[in-house]
Amino acid sequence: MGFLDIDNATKSYGAVEVLHKVDIAVEEGEFLVLVGPSGCGKSTLLNMIAGLEDITSGEIRIKDQVMNGVHPSKRNIAMVFQSYALYPNMTVGQNITFGLEMHGVPKPERDKAMADVAKLLQIEQLLDRKPGQLSGGQRQRVAMGRALVRNPDVFLFDEPLSNLDAKLRVDMRTEIKKLHQNLGTTIVYVTHDQIEALTLSTRIAVMNGGYVQQLGTPKEIYDTPANLFVATFMGSPSMNLLPVKIVAEGDTLLAETTSDAGAPVRLAVHAPSDALKSFAGQTVTMGVRPEALTDVDGADQRSTHVERFSNTVTVTEPAGSDTFVTTTIGGVECIARMRADTDARPGQPSEFAVNMEKAIFFDPKTEDRIV
Amino acid sequence: MATGAEVDLRTRLQNWLPKLVLSPSLAMIFVFVYGFILFTVYVSFTDSRILPFVDKNGQTTYELIGFSNYEKLFSLSHWDISVMNMAIYAGLYIVICTFIGLLLAILLDQKIRGEGFIRPIFLYPMALSFIVTGTAWKWMLDPAIGFENIVQGWGWTTFTFDWIKNRDFAIYTVILAAVWQSSGFTMAMFLAGLRGIDTEILKAAQMDGASNWNLYRRIIIPQLRPAFLSAFVILAHLAIKTFDLVIAMTGGGPGRATELPATFMYSYTFSRNQMGIGAASAVIMLMTIAAIMIPYLYSELRERKS
Amino acid sequence: MSIASQDAGIRTGRVARTFIYLVLLLFALFYLLPLYVMLVNSVKPLSEITGGGMMSLPQVWTLEPWAKAWSTAQIGVEPTGLRPYFWNSISMVVPAVAISTILGALNGYVLTKWRFRGDTILFGLMLFACFIPFQIVLIPMAAVLGTLGLSGTTAGLVLVHLVYGIGFSTLYFRNYYAVFPTELVRAAQIDGAGFFRIFWRILLPSSGPISVVCVIWQFTNIWNDFLFGASFASGDGAPMTVALNNLVQSSTGVKEYNVHFAGAILAALPTLLVYIVAGRYFVRGLMAGSVKG
Repeated sequence: MGFLDIDNATKSYGAVEVLHKVDIAVEEGEFLVLVGPSGCGKSTLLNMIAGLEDITSGEIRIKDQVMNGVHPSKRNIAMVFQSYALYPNMTVGQNITFGLEMHGVPKPERDKAMADVAKLLQIEQLLDRKPGQLSGGQRQRVAMGRALVRNPDVFLFDEPLSNLDAKLRVDMRTEIKKLHQNLGTTIVYVTHDQIEALTLSTRIAVMNGGYVQQLGTPKEIYDTPANLFVATFMGSPSMNLLPVKIVAEGDTLLAETTSDAGAPVRLAVHAPSDALKSFAGQTVTMGVRPEALTDVDGADQRSTHVERFSNTVTVTEPAGSDTFVTTTIGGVECIARMRADTDARPGQPSEFAVNMEKAIFFDPKTEDRIV
Repeated sequence: MATGAEVDLRTRLQNWLPKLVLSPSLAMIFVFVYGFILFTVYVSFTDSRILPFVDKNGQTTYELIGFSNYEKLFSLSHWDISVMNMAIYAGLYIVICTFIGLLLAILLDQKIRGEGFIRPIFLYPMALSFIVTGTAWKWMLDPAIGFENIVQGWGWTTFTFDWIKNRDFAIYTVILAAVWQSSGFTMAMFLAGLRGIDTEILKAAQMDGASNWNLYRRIIIPQLRPAFLSAFVILAHLAIKTFDLVIAMTGGGPGRATELPATFMYSYTFSRNQMGIGAASAVIMLMTIAAIMIPYLYSELRERKS
Repeated sequence: MSIASQDAGIRTGRVARTFIYLVLLLFALFYLLPLYVMLVNSVKPLSEITGGGMMSLPQVWTLEPWAKAWSTAQIGVEPTGLRPYFWNSISMVVPAVAISTILGALNGYVLTKWRFRGDTILFGLMLFACFIPFQIVLIPMAAVLGTLGLSGTTAGLVLVHLVYGIGFSTLYFRNYYAVFPTELVRAAQIDGAGFFRIFWRILLPSSGPISVVCVIWQFTNIWNDFLFGASFASGDGAPMTVALNNLVQSSTGVKEYNVHFAGAILAALPTLLVYIVAGRYFVRGLMAGSVKG
């Protein structure tokens, strides 16, 4: 039993099922991020937790209380909306205390709670202003204040940072994380931004097409994605996916592909699983993140298994801290993350290093990871 | 479904409230609009002459007679004249209003100084009652005191302008007054359309060397399609409903020269005690408007959904 | 309508501009002419009008036609002037406008923020009701008003205008609330506000502009109505428009054109005042008649 249980929750509109048997148990104090492309069902799921949309079948429980059919205001939840949804006709102070007023909290208590929250979020000087007079970041704080003041069991965030400019987004992200660390509240957070998901969460549910593709810690999601969708959706630049032929040679298992010159590239698989061995002789998809495909000097010093090969550089993109190098392996364009002062030049051959500890393999038919 | 028992009363009430709030209005619309339409259709199949439908002894005062009222209606020269007049009236009214409206909108869109002063002058007639408009034009066009009399007073003693008293021309005086009332509003619709056109397109067209004439003919006016459509629908609908203007200006005369379906229906129902025929004419009017409005409303509502 | 002129500016030459101003001026005169005729002729003696002076300013200024139109002209049986009918119209317009606006606001709120299956069809049915030729309901309405004992009464007319005004007021509020952020409603729901509280505290405070549009539209339409007034209340309960028409059409005695003009202005005054005070809302209301606007 978790703190917030989503138990086989399904949502249909008429005959169309948009959310298929979602099963997630959230522990108290967890920061769960629902991430996925638009239309994947993440916002629908959040609205179902909030009570803004009905649950077609299954159950949602908060603290073991079944929430199906319970009015949103009686679930002891608070929500921060994408547009912040501040009431335009009320001052910041009135916005923050509106929920308390609706719940019949007496004025002195409301004022006390408002003062505390305003202090926490450093918005004391804004309390008498109307939302229209605030900047994006200030609105964001007020929206969080409105949620915090209720002292809810669960906080719901619906893409709260997507209306902010890039710099402010990073600042607010840190602030939300700090808030979570200090208050230890339970949070369900929806975003389409995989970086937000990785930085903020204690656990991530990657969603697509109404299914939870994978539920796990950020590290699990990033290092061992369950399938090709999760692998490519999480991480930027995206994971390189090479078609390789699995060849068994004695005890070692080789992943075979070709360089752009047509020469064979044979990479020994690190600690091959039995499942992968059964693919010997077949072609599978090898996933290598850009930071695991580097110049030789930039390879991870802690890795016990690095393979090398030579290939021609097509494009170099200096990004300040790193240089992204594009090269074609096995007919597929790959991105390697090299040091900023790499010697790689377009059109010139260069030595590449693959950290095979981080290489993972997918069955091209099922698109699932081979474990 | 796990809902049901655990849904508390207040939540259930909250779920029903929206529909509850909507229902009085819906009930009124269903009874007073759709119920009444069916009722009128029913009356049109009876030989009812006057109200009430039930006499003192509880006996109905009418019999069902099928389509006879419609047959009679279409054989009446009075109805023929009304329909012919409507064709002339609606046709010219729509075309002239659209033309004037578009012309004025284009002229007003040339960064006119004092636009804020001119625009209200074009628009205020729409705020007036047709009875007021009718009264003003009736006396202005009256040969005894109006334009004819005035021009004659200037010394042109043979000048005649008696259209409002002339069977062949009276309908055009009604059109004049109707155009006076609605063309400003048509202007407003086109002006809104013009102001909605992306100015970058105009800049691009000017770079391409389009003359003003071509700019309007090839670029701007084609983009006003929605405004044309809206103007047509609104004007057609106003035309078919025209009633008070005729009553105030000519009373349908001279003779039957300015009778319209609306005045026909009114006089057959309330003065001539031929309610069945009146009802039949009302049904025809409804069907005409429905043929225009339903496709329009359907497309508008569907667009909005997507 | 208030969008500033486009800065792309279609260039026009000097001659063309003169021509444009000339055309606009001519049309302005055309639109102003009837108002001018009504005004000047309402303040001159009858003899000046019949003597061919309809276009001239009065030689003798008099307010007598106004006084007569207002309080002594023969309209019904008694020489009451238009005054009692003016009050008939007022007592018809005020409740009809108020109730139809309130219901329209609630309907618009439900149709946009509490959507349910089939709501678009229901709205379509309400919308079509705005555009029916009212001849189609005259007969049953006369029968119903007769049965209810409301024939010839102001209460009867209030009912009629309420019923046939709801479609438009719903249209206005629905279109307005459709672009009102639904997230605000959701936030208020989570804050614990119920159906009416959300309407009262969240939507209504932002509904000023559309309420003005709706009130003006309903006011103008109902005040200017003639068909329902003439059909259901032609006697002492008649509204202003019907009374004015009776005054102008009366065939007994000398035609007092100056009194007719004064009466016409009296009948036009309320809507004209509304137009002058809140013209831009009036235009917006008219535009919404084209559904999208």
